[in-house]
Amino acid sequence: MSYHVVVIGAGSTGAAVAHDLALRGFRVTVVERGEVASGTSGRNHCLLHSGGRYAMRDPESARECIEENMILRRIMPEALELNDGLFVALDEQDLSFKERFLAACEECGIPAREIPVKQALALEPHLNPHILAAVQVPDGVFEPFRFCLSFLATAKHNGATVLTYTEVVDFVFQGRTVVGVRVRDRRTGEERVIGGDIVVNAAGPWSGKIAAMAGVDVPVVPTAGVMISVGRRWNRMVINRLNMPGDGDIIVPQRRTAIIGTTSWRVEDPDFIPIPEDHVRLLLDRAERFIPGYTRGGIRGVFAVARPLVGRRGVAADGRELSRTFECFDHAVDGVEGFVTITGGKMTTARAMAEKAVDVVCAKLGLEIPCRTREVPLLSYRAFF
Amino acid sequence: MPTWQLRLLRGRPGSSPRLETYRVELPAEAYLIDAVEKIWAEQDRSLLFRHACHHASCGACGVRVNGRERLMCITPLREFSPDGVIQVEPLRHFPWLGDLLVDVSPMMRRMAEVGFAIIRRDELTADRPLPEGIEQITRFEDCIECGLCLSACPVMAADEAYLGPATLAAIERMLAEPRGGDTARLLTLADDPHGAWRCHSAMECTAVCPSNVDPASAIGRLRRRLIVEKLRRWIGGGR
Repeated sequence: MSYHVVVIGAGSTGAAVAHDLALRGFRVTVVERGEVASGTSGRNHCLLHSGGRYAMRDPESARECIEENMILRRIMPEALELNDGLFVALDEQDLSFKERFLAACEECGIPAREIPVKQALALEPHLNPHILAAVQVPDGVFEPFRFCLSFLATAKHNGATVLTYTEVVDFVFQGRTVVGVRVRDRRTGEERVIGGDIVVNAAGPWSGKIAAMAGVDVPVVPTAGVMISVGRRWNRMVINRLNMPGDGDIIVPQRRTAIIGTTSWRVEDPDFIPIPEDHVRLLLDRAERFIPGYTRGGIRGVFAVARPLVGRRGVAADGRELSRTFECFDHAVDGVEGFVTITGGKMTTARAMAEKAVDVVCAKLGLEIPCRTREVPLLSYRAFF
Repeated sequence: MPTWQLRLLRGRPGSSPRLETYRVELPAEAYLIDAVEKIWAEQDRSLLFRHACHHASCGACGVRVNGRERLMCITPLREFSPDGVIQVEPLRHFPWLGDLLVDVSPMMRRMAEVGFAIIRRDELTADRPLPEGIEQITRFEDCIECGLCLSACPVMAADEAYLGPATLAAIERMLAEPRGGDTARLLTLADDPHGAWRCHSAMECTAVCPSNVDPASAIGRLRRRLIVEKLRRWIGGGR
């Protein structure tokens, strides 16, 4: 088999798609306009989701998260901090969700267990001493840049070509079939055509713009969020608020730092997202409720990025109601052959997104090749270089 | 909102680089990476720069700011005056690919040769009990492989074959916590004219490190270890 697939985007989705394609024997070229993970993936909150965050409101996404969490522990064990997470109740209203949360976790297959408050405070001595309940879940922490590089390194080892600083400027058609992309090498300014049997759009919040270049509509809703990193690691475990997902309700530790996030609002252009000052104040206030004195170690960085949520009709403008699950669009239904978009999802579910997208690619080409990404361990991210 | 003046090194290999000035409006709470990204988004799409995480975890956005190695993502604009100029140039001692972009693969290959593991025993919270079901407490290593220390190191300028501060600090960490690494091989790698003995103790690496690695002290520990190993061999009759 010598089918060639062009993947647009080297964030977590594109990286995982390239890996899956290469393992199934495809020839693969990834084109990325900037550095690997320079868009949404890089500015991720670094949370390896247990699914607990979505268990009550978005069980489909929660199930995907716990399943993929367990797979990632197998395939990239050398690049994960596995120190679990706590959901803590800060007030009576949080506490009223406890039974429902535990039941929802059980329903979704997330191993969650309540631990005594005293034990939680021994595990996390900087936590607000007035917490009313704590539930332990298998959250974890990854490092987004190296997460993407691991998938790409393995894809390259299996023959894939990865072209960074290479921007798609147009699609090449034969009739109504996409047969390649026109790209510009941003280092030389030169343009050329890369032919492909299938083109996969994995451009995250930019996938709407990419699809528009091919004349099709993808209902992606770029939904931004702010995160703040501080210069001291107060918590060893991931600390979540036991409630419906909301603003400023997670503190993810990493190295000697910790990151509070997030907020949620729709943006038109994900290329540059100005950071609303009131979001910064809100996050710091919320962090203070979890860990009094959170900013005493100094603020290290403030950043914002757009999630690629899949749009649904009649959804509130802040995007909190949108599912974190993913969708694969075969644009044959829009009258364009040879073109597939995979979007939505979480970084935690990137492998599953890739599996779905490559299943669609195989079906379009009339191939039956099993997916092997659940079992095959990834190479070190350094093998990318 | 203040307007900031950035002078960026521009150009491509094969032609001589030039400095170009850009003006960009941003609040004082923003960071240098925001200013550079905004210039790319709104003024010049041909600008090449590396970035990913925007919170000093990935190590991609290292540059020289007014002559000093910094990560753009944790360099706040409020450090500068809107009347002054913020000059941004690529890191030194790496192959230059254009504008602010360098090729970090030589450093990554050296780190790969060391087999530097990025997950380590967590000493920061070691005094706390273990969560149930967790066998050992781990965290990411401090080193984010940003290359600032290599750019700042005066020895790197003189000796291309020098292993460099990041690599030597990584060897020292692997000797302290081998995680399956071959310590004899690592000692041989460090005990080389282009290894631990080449360092002049200029301390520039430690001065610019954004991630608490302190390579200069690590190199000092590594040298002491090498001396102890040599003495042990002499006393032990050359075995």
